[in-house]
Amino acid sequence: MTPGTVYLASGMALIVIGIACAVLKRNLLRMVLGFAILDTGVHLFIAAMGYLPGRTAPIADEANMFSDAVTMTLDSTRFVDPVPQALVLTAIVIGVGVTALMLAYVVRLHAREGTLDVGAFRRLKW
Amino acid sequence: MIAADVILCVLTLAAAVAAVVVRGLLSAIILVGVVSLFASYLFLRMGAPDVAMTEAAIGSALSTVIFLVALRRTRRKS
Amino acid sequence: MIGRVVTVAVLVGLAVVSWQIVAGGTPAELGDVSRHYVERGVIENRASTLVTSVVVNYRGLDTLGEVAVLFLSVSGVAFVLRRFHGEPSAPPTPSSEIVRTGARLLVGPMLLFGIYIFVHGHLTPGGGFQGGAVIASAVLLLLLAERDRPLPHAFLSWLESTSGAGFVIVGLVGLAVVGSFLANRGVAGLGEWNRLFSAGVIPIVYTLTGLKVGSELATLLDIMMRGERKEGGR
Repeated sequence: MTPGTVYLASGMALIVIGIACAVLKRNLLRMVLGFAILDTGVHLFIAAMGYLPGRTAPIADEANMFSDAVTMTLDSTRFVDPVPQALVLTAIVIGVGVTALMLAYVVRLHAREGTLDVGAFRRLKW
Repeated sequence: MIAADVILCVLTLAAAVAAVVVRGLLSAIILVGVVSLFASYLFLRMGAPDVAMTEAAIGSALSTVIFLVALRRTRRKS
Repeated sequence: MIGRVVTVAVLVGLAVVSWQIVAGGTPAELGDVSRHYVERGVIENRASTLVTSVVVNYRGLDTLGEVAVLFLSVSGVAFVLRRFHGEPSAPPTPSSEIVRTGARLLVGPMLLFGIYIFVHGHLTPGGGFQGGAVIASAVLLLLLAERDRPLPHAFLSWLESTSGAGFVIVGLVGLAVVGSFLANRGVAGLGEWNRLFSAGVIPIVYTLTGLKVGSELATLLDIMMRGERKEGGR
């Protein structure tokens, strides 16, 4: 068990809880809440994959982080992986956009039928 | 990995489970905001301050506000 | 009944599979691509934050795609929540004295803080998206305090389109000067390390992104809270 496993496990547990909430609930708003929890779990999982123990955040603001100060090459054994963090940054912003679109649909559906129960929207079922 | 990390992971999962089983929708929305806030702290402990800032500003604040606005618009007798 | 049983069984199976994934653990060393980005990040970009140099320069096309997706989702919300002819709208209740006074005091510093965050995106943690979110929070405070004042939609729409077009134009300038879209090295001077005017086009791109994301999220909040102003247009 590496030290990053506890973050990985909590991310995975949030994913399972989010899927359970999105699938087993009948209220439309609760389904969207389940998707929001699922999003947070996926972000935690991806960021945990980039974690390396004992290293610092990927910001180079002191001169002793260079392995070769003349060419300004950074010492790559002192930093956490920056690529998963860039992925998660993008994913969080897109997540809020998708959540807003889902909630716009929920508001419209409620204005049409007057209820938030998913059993009332049966017109697309065969 | 200090003890506060493990405690906060457990609290995050407890808040997520509570958001699923609690009765009122308002409480569920606030609890999802709390999950996002704890996740922001976990991002900081994983050495990602940019991600922690983004999660706190966008995931915890704006997403919760959008949920509350949607809740208000589905409560009114239209 | 049978549906719920099958769902719970699938979820338990998912938990078991995820246990295998978690037991594998996280990788113990930087990958090759990440090592290249870390070692040569300051040489090629002169930006202190490596995540910024990855997001804007090395993976700049993904950021352009993300900005496009955000625009698409806000357009979708504006379309879904348009007000149909004859739909009644309740008059807004006025807010209290404390909220109005506090909002007037706080909106200026919040806007300034948001602008500070995305202007310093290459030196401190932060950047365009965080700064844009703080600006949108300031506009939300204004929306909550002054219930009946309309938001200047035309100005926000112009700001958003100009910033988005500016992003693409910066990329095209890189294409014309150096030969690759969104290039950093030959387009603008790299400057000294750890100073405000450094890191090539990264501050310019992040400023444009921050303005675009801020105006977009402010428009999204206004549409969701008050509904669309006129039918069929933004």
